[in-house]
Amino acid sequence: MVFLKFLPLLSIFAFLILWQCLAIFLHSHLLPSPENVARVLWQHCESGELPHHLSITLLRLVVSFTVSMFFGCIIGIALGMNQKLNAFFDNWLVIFLNVPALVTVILCYVWFGLTESAAILAVVLNKVPNVIVTLREGTRALDKDLLNMAKFYGFSQNKTLRHVILPQLHPFLMSATRSGLALIWKIILMVELLGRSDGMGYQLHLFFQWFDIASILAYTVAFVAVIQFLEFTILKPLDNEALRWR
Amino acid sequence: MRRYGGDNMTVVHIEIHGKTHHGAETPTIKNFKLTLNSGEFICLVGQSGCGKTTLLNSIAGLDSSYSGEIKIGNQSQNPKIGFVFQHPCLLPWRTVRQNIELIFENQKNVPKEQIDDLLNLMQLTTYANAYPRQLSEGMKRRVSIIRAFAINPDLLLMDEPFVSLDAPMAREVSKLLLQLWQNRPHTVLFVTHDLREAIALADRLVFLTHRPMRVLKEIEVSIAREQRDYKNIESFREQLIQNYSELRLLF
Repeated sequence: MVFLKFLPLLSIFAFLILWQCLAIFLHSHLLPSPENVARVLWQHCESGELPHHLSITLLRLVVSFTVSMFFGCIIGIALGMNQKLNAFFDNWLVIFLNVPALVTVILCYVWFGLTESAAILAVVLNKVPNVIVTLREGTRALDKDLLNMAKFYGFSQNKTLRHVILPQLHPFLMSATRSGLALIWKIILMVELLGRSDGMGYQLHLFFQWFDIASILAYTVAFVAVIQFLEFTILKPLDNEALRWR
Repeated sequence: MRRYGGDNMTVVHIEIHGKTHHGAETPTIKNFKLTLNSGEFICLVGQSGCGKTTLLNSIAGLDSSYSGEIKIGNQSQNPKIGFVFQHPCLLPWRTVRQNIELIFENQKNVPKEQIDDLLNLMQLTTYANAYPRQLSEGMKRRVSIIRAFAINPDLLLMDEPFVSLDAPMAREVSKLLLQLWQNRPHTVLFVTHDLREAIALADRLVFLTHRPMRVLKEIEVSIAREQRDYKNIESFREQLIQNYSELRLLF
């Protein structure tokens, strides 16, 4: 059991050794060693550049994630509960799911200008359909017997939502949240790369022009670390608390 | 139309002229009339699919697509109805006690002592803080019965609550139900397709026709409760089938 606990760490350690060996073997600036990446990461942190751009990207992530989840949940639950509404919007949902993220980003910038709100809108438009689909399926899977029980005992809408519906939707909400975080930050980088003058995407674009692979990897490591931090400090505890009954 | 109020003796008067499901040619219920007296335990006996659950849902207000009226009397205000569903309908993320307490509108007015008493009568005191997944099917049914009794209902509806239990467990739960009912004699409308179960529980048996559902025959169970063992129940059942030719088609 103790061994199992250390397996994830062991796997990261094995990856780092493999990376180091490859870097030594190739001896190319296209694959800097982990040690080199760590040094560059530290330099970017010390100069204040990385914290600045990282915080801007995180702010965009928080705003677009909140807006996407809010509207996605409301629309998803509504479509899951109302067959007619679902029939009316179903095709549009499929269309929006299949529009390439790049197209939405370009159109938003062209129509609304290279502004912050256009950037956020582009991210939201890409994410909302995924949230809608996940929550719609969750709502369709709600236990009708439990809803009948709530109706029979005269639960208020608020009480039904809190005690009967949301606990059933929890796995779907968590799934939308996790996939949302993963998808949104990738789209945000694209949005920043195409039309913003700050943020991780903008910086990565610069590093690409300079072929500065060490900086690209350093920024990636920093961002992945932040997302992992969110997972372990917010999402996991939330999940454990909500699923204590299992 | 569900109407409340009425004389003091009659607790429930049910009259449904017709009820048809969407797309069906034959009505599910037609000219159904039944009167229940205070504290009476009535078993509705009919074949599976004859419309018993539809009837209970109509009385419970979960299904209002019928013409006719359901009058629940003996109360100046809206009567309290308890419902033991076919499935236990317990929220898996709440403990036994939390499931029972949730049905009370104001959590400050939860009758904790009464719930303790009911848990004790149903032999579930030690499971009060257990989650439904930690209970057997029989225990879950007992919790749903406690939940229905906890509001002190004027009318208790029970929709085949032992349907998926094995025979020994069903007998055990029905024995506990009877003990509970004798302790707190609410008016009960119990639906089943099992004649033996009905004879073991009821004061009066109400036999139902298949769709369209209406009352076919009403028969008092003449055996004293303490004498309802397997032998007496079986002989009463045979007598019924011999004496009433119209019941032979049902059983």
